[in-house]
Amino acid sequence: MTLTLDALHVRYGAVDAVRGLSLEVKPGEIVGLIGPNGAGKSSTLHAIMGAAPVAGGRITLDGRPLRGRRSEDVARAGVALVPEGRRIFAELTVEENLRLGLAARRKAGGAEEAFERAFTLFPVIRDFRRRQAGGLSGGQQQQLAIARALVAEPDVLLLDEPSLGLAPRIVDVVFDALAAIRASGLAVLLVEQRAQRTVALADRSHVLSNGELRLTLGPEDAGDTEKLVGAYFA
Amino acid sequence: MTVTWQTIADAVSLGGIYALMAVGIGLVFGVLRLVNFAYGQLIMAGAFALALASQWNWPLWAGILLCFAVVLALSEAMDQLVFRPLRGQTPAVMLVATFAVAFLLQSIALLWFGALGKIATSVSSLNTPWVIGGVDIRKISVVAVLVTLACLFALQLLLVRTSVGLHMRAAAMDFTTSRLLGVRANRVIGSAVLVSGFFAAVVAILLTVQFPLVTPSFALQDTIVVLAGVVLGGLNRPVPATLGGFTIGFASGFLGGALPTNQSQYLDSFLFAAVILVLLVRPNGLFTRHGGSAERL
Repeated sequence: MTLTLDALHVRYGAVDAVRGLSLEVKPGEIVGLIGPNGAGKSSTLHAIMGAAPVAGGRITLDGRPLRGRRSEDVARAGVALVPEGRRIFAELTVEENLRLGLAARRKAGGAEEAFERAFTLFPVIRDFRRRQAGGLSGGQQQQLAIARALVAEPDVLLLDEPSLGLAPRIVDVVFDALAAIRASGLAVLLVEQRAQRTVALADRSHVLSNGELRLTLGPEDAGDTEKLVGAYFA
Repeated sequence: MTVTWQTIADAVSLGGIYALMAVGIGLVFGVLRLVNFAYGQLIMAGAFALALASQWNWPLWAGILLCFAVVLALSEAMDQLVFRPLRGQTPAVMLVATFAVAFLLQSIALLWFGALGKIATSVSSLNTPWVIGGVDIRKISVVAVLVTLACLFALQLLLVRTSVGLHMRAAAMDFTTSRLLGVRANRVIGSAVLVSGFFAAVVAILLTVQFPLVTPSFALQDTIVVLAGVVLGGLNRPVPATLGGFTIGFASGFLGGALPTNQSQYLDSFLFAAVILVLLVRPNGLFTRHGGSAERL
């Protein structure tokens, strides 16, 4: 399914977090959303999930409106979020965290297969199935957070800074997984601080600054450091 | 101070009853961050249902059924009419709203049944003693403990084995993230309110055996003591809440039974002083681990 934002406006009280953002994410695509802190990247994801005040514009999934729906209904419509800071349930086991991901599943049955696919992507999670999730390392928790989103078998995957605070080796694991997730046909919207890696991976990357779309970059721009830096200070 | 086996049995059974109340209050607090002050009035309504059933000479099972029906219907009404519309409000607004509901229900009871109350005799046969090892123990003491254990065991199964239980636990830990994962807020809250109401009905039945005179203020004082116990244990986890409820119920039952009457009238003052002391020393409650869930990078 295709996720479309059309002139999205997010406003917290008197503060405009996102101003007129339009973008589209099609199945089998990764769209990057990069830019400095406070650019409105996370607000965009929260708005899609029905967790931020949308002041204007449209959010649609294959033409069906998502705006104004509750978070749980957006999730059940096939949009999964990997939240910033992972938001793992530390006191639950790894498996219970994964079972929570099933809450948004649209079809009955097939949960075991979905678990297996997640384990194939992140083998470390299978090994720690019965452990308390709070005991996992940050990198393992991030893999669990992505796996938890995937077991719902969403059509659209939103990720909010999945590489934040991770060791370089784990960042590779996460970015490789994202490529595999794209190959499986999901539409992926990736919010990241690691601009260069994101631009290299994504089909398109939008640079957001002050709530507005400033520039769109393609993978070929990943080596062009000047262009990247320029985009941030535009 | 005179301690008999019956005193200890009474204390244990009161501890069990208070533990059930604590869990009932704690379940709703977990998902709504709301201390339902009207919980005692749910129990009071159930007790009046039992009293009416015995006045109408209904058989025991019908009285118990009526008690469950009344308490569950009231719980559901509270959820629909008060909790849901006020869910986005501040905790203070919701707390005051439950005060209002509490006094509303109490006033209705006062209008319908009068201040003198009614007698619930339906299960009073449980007040007769069993002789266990040469010691007289009232049947209700044993039954209360067994019923409490059965209820807590069933709750544990619900929380650990079922998906709605998992959703309730997750919602108690982090409601926002739970909803982002597709956990339905209304369903989770509705389930917590119903289970909480189920426990209130069980408590109504157990309490009316020991205290058959049902007045509009029935279970009011118990609720306040239990609230102290829940705070004592730690509010948002079932196990600490259970232990807190049990502890304060046991202490209250034990001291109430063991102290001479001219001292036991100060019992509640002592209990609350102890609660304040505990909160000063351990603000997160007696039975909570601290720092156990720290996030690691």
